[in-house]
Amino acid sequence: MIPRHQTVIFVVLLVASIVMGAVLWQLRARAHRRLLAGMDTTPTQAPLVAPSEQATLYFASDAENSLSAEVLSLPLPPSPNARARAILGKLLDLYAMPNAAHPVAGGAASVTQVFLLPVPDGGSAAAASPPGQTNAPAPPTPQMELPSGPQLAVVNLTGAFANGHPSGLETETLTILSICATLHANMPRIAQVRFLVDGQPRATLAGHADLTRTYLTADAIPTEGTHP
Amino acid sequence: MTLAAAAASIPALSQAPPAPATRFVVVLDAAHGGDDPGAILKEPSGASQPEKSITLALSVHLRSLLAARGISVVTTRESDTAVDPGRRAEIANRANAQACLSLHATQSGTGIHLFSSSLAPAEPARLIPWKTAQAAWVTRSLAFAGVLNSALQHTGMTVTLGRTALPAIDSMACPAVAVEIAPETGPETTSAQTQPVSPSDAGYQARVAQALATAILEWRSNASATEVAQP
Repeated sequence: MIPRHQTVIFVVLLVASIVMGAVLWQLRARAHRRLLAGMDTTPTQAPLVAPSEQATLYFASDAENSLSAEVLSLPLPPSPNARARAILGKLLDLYAMPNAAHPVAGGAASVTQVFLLPVPDGGSAAAASPPGQTNAPAPPTPQMELPSGPQLAVVNLTGAFANGHPSGLETETLTILSICATLHANMPRIAQVRFLVDGQPRATLAGHADLTRTYLTADAIPTEGTHP
Repeated sequence: MTLAAAAASIPALSQAPPAPATRFVVVLDAAHGGDDPGAILKEPSGASQPEKSITLALSVHLRSLLAARGISVVTTRESDTAVDPGRRAEIANRANAQACLSLHATQSGTGIHLFSSSLAPAEPARLIPWKTAQAAWVTRSLAFAGVLNSALQHTGMTVTLGRTALPAIDSMACPAVAVEIAPETGPETTSAQTQPVSPSDAGYQARVAQALATAILEWRSNASATEVAQP
């Protein structure tokens, strides 16, 4: 015969175990929801407070070896550097879409930063010079106002983007030209563009197009009916 | 650091504007090689072939076509070896060539892509930077691309023209054009073929090589007819 007090203790412990199990189950479900909420993989998080503005994007087409302009409405941040990055992010997002006319994987996350600097003295003369020969000033902070005049955009791409870019003269050239043309169309003061990959100079994008050069944006904008 | 790389950092002594050529020399630059495979092209069969093999095969084919017509040919590589872009330009510049072709292949786009240097044309000078040596030759390179375009289109191929920044071409002191072969889906593709013709297809390469050889012959006859001095 089991004593009564032992039966009571057993029942109490059993109930306590069931309650604790239920509480743990709830905590686990709550933690799981919190984890999923933190794993938002959207390439670009649109600035909620920024109003939508019209931006001109130059899309490349591999089949036609050409660039064509398209105006889209995008929420753009006020800071010039962030604005340039958001525009390029949208461009690369669309290149990462299935059935893109110029398919390139990576999306908006491929552009790590865009820095805008005043063009060094000798502007166009330095355009074709190798790295190290132009004395570019230190990158300004986002709050720093750039002096009026032409600007140099330094686009820092990720290594994953460069390594995953399709290899070929045409496709690499079109990627570079569409970036240059898009930057100039939306920020006309950008006269030159340089590229870095993971913060470092890189010889070519994917084995062909030269990434050590300074590109003139005026050369990237296609005239009507012509190829870049 | 190679000599070419060292020269890239300083204004290099380019070859002085040469005297009118007495010998017509063509430089064929088969892109990539060695540990640089270039693009990996997938064939319809599912197999894949590196760009370096296709460019070498095309270079060998074109060289024999040109040699058979009495044209001197200098190649930047004859086997699967790595050649630095600066070394390629050095070979071309030493050859004092009247035409330089950089051969490429890709899976992107269609037809034949012809690219000239995107450097702005410049007046010939005694001292020119190594990295922009092509600037003095851009005008003639564009004319050469026009001749290539006509010959390729004459065979029914789809051709697109463009400008690019290609390190090897930008340092060449000769009329230089990069030829990139992409899958063919144009009129030459027969209706029985459902897949585009891959650049690795021997027949496709032979037709491209034949058209390029025809264009180079025309370029030679134009050069001798007009006796245009090189810049």
